[in-house]
Amino acid sequence: MVDMRVDLCGVTLDNPVIPASGTFGYGYEFAELYDINSLGSLSFKGTTLEPRFGNKTPRIAECPAGMLNSVGLQNPGVDAVITEELPRLREVFTKPVMANVSGFAADEYAETVKRLDNSPVSDMIGWYEINISCPNVHGGGMSFGTDPGAAASVVRAVRWMSEKPIIIKLSPNVTDITEIARACEAEGADGISLINTLMGMRIDLKSGKPILANTTGGLSGPAVLPVALRMVYQVSAAVRIPVVGMGGVSTAEDVIEMMMAGASAVEVGAANLINPFACRDIVDNLPKVMEKYGISSLRDITGAAHR
Amino acid sequence: MKQGKFRISENKKLTPSTYMMKLEGDVSAVKVPGQFINIRLDGHFLRRPISVCDVNIEDPANGTGTVTIIYKVLGRGTEEMSCMTPGTELDVLTGLGYGFDIRDAGDMPLLVGGGVGIPPLYLTAKMMESFGTPPVVILGFNSKEEMFLVEDFIALKCSIIVATADGSVGVKGTVVDAFKELMKLPNAAISHFYACGPEAMLKALYKAAYEEAGISGQLSFEERMGCGFGACMGCSIETKNGPKRICKDGPVLRTEEILW
Repeated sequence: MVDMRVDLCGVTLDNPVIPASGTFGYGYEFAELYDINSLGSLSFKGTTLEPRFGNKTPRIAECPAGMLNSVGLQNPGVDAVITEELPRLREVFTKPVMANVSGFAADEYAETVKRLDNSPVSDMIGWYEINISCPNVHGGGMSFGTDPGAAASVVRAVRWMSEKPIIIKLSPNVTDITEIARACEAEGADGISLINTLMGMRIDLKSGKPILANTTGGLSGPAVLPVALRMVYQVSAAVRIPVVGMGGVSTAEDVIEMMMAGASAVEVGAANLINPFACRDIVDNLPKVMEKYGISSLRDITGAAHR
Repeated sequence: MKQGKFRISENKKLTPSTYMMKLEGDVSAVKVPGQFINIRLDGHFLRRPISVCDVNIEDPANGTGTVTIIYKVLGRGTEEMSCMTPGTELDVLTGLGYGFDIRDAGDMPLLVGGGVGIPPLYLTAKMMESFGTPPVVILGFNSKEEMFLVEDFIALKCSIIVATADGSVGVKGTVVDAFKELMKLPNAAISHFYACGPEAMLKALYKAAYEEAGISGQLSFEERMGCGFGACMGCSIETKNGPKRICKDGPVLRTEEILW
């Protein structure tokens, strides 16, 4: 018997596999396909203070080994998430949830966390994942994640809004990601998650125009896995707080590789969009792959590549 | 929604750019006309969403049967599909989308299809015919050589009007021109309409049929999709009832909720 349990900011997960925000909705629609309690946790759709429709379509473009998206944080707003989405998730999911929060000003992030934390569904939340890295919105999102001072200001605003762990989700679209991670840690963040998508674009040859209505979008999928591994490796060496790794993970082998790079838990994003059973399949395959590589306890391999 | 392996039993050219593929497997998730399937192709990250033209259950006990799709070669993915041979296995998600509701058909339903938007209307017509109400059908093509499925609609006892852009067959013009001709007939008491085709066609038809002639209907939309099952929000559009995902809350929307 192998031990798949891992620890994330003081909370134990049955396994490290967490569907990434924006690829799993609020979870309950996937529960129609399989029992999502087999997952370690799930990070729900990025939630903002006000409802957002997001960007115009087309919002999706295909790439070699990946895709671009420019959804732009479509979500029903925190109040509807509290009254409608999370009660539906509660019926089908019994584990702590990662609450993904986004915003356009530091106090907006804080207010969203505060409302979730003071709501009747706050007991469902295990961690807050503060997204300061969305490349598809203007005047917020990634602009906080590309400057250490701005990143710190968001951490400062949200950290006293809840006693639950605050994990900051970072953008790879920076010169030195360790600098941002250290700024978040210094301000009291409990964990770091990375990477959000890499900014890219594609052009339609017939029209000569960008495919995405938003011109640019975020690249995800297997194409970004090596970039994510490199950044998880760098950040986990630069900070003492736990790191959640993500970016192009689509197999149990990728989960192990991400943990060896320094991740305590692993999020799976774009893979859910081409195979709705991707996370279930990864969890099912993990024991076999652990045995193959002689891993008896998954929590022991975090950061193995550094040793 | 179901995920399953399907085996190609037939893949043939209907017109210079349009192909018909028959896939054998578990078709039990295909419930209503206007739904689509999403096909995984080797070497492409995203699946290819294609609407269901027809479905036949051969063994009700285990849901196996054949699903028929008609697709146009538009890019590399569909070009590769056109070269696939019978026997090839494909990973397919079935039973996707909210399709046409034929309970609203009424006494004289009208189906309007343009080009590669026509296939989902075939299963719609087939189900209406099975309930004893074969619909009136307007089919639009660019030219005679691009026509397909017309004989199949005739076999369902539908009343057919064909429109071609170059006038090589039927009404010269668009399906909307044909619709306006139809409405001049004294006995054209259309009860409800169902449409699928390019957005410009849908918009013109919405104006002529819903706004001007006062007939309610259901329109099937197309968007670039990420997942095809509602997870990524890649294909959302604004409606009078809030944002809707074309892949999950659509592709069929009602005239009453559409915002152009």
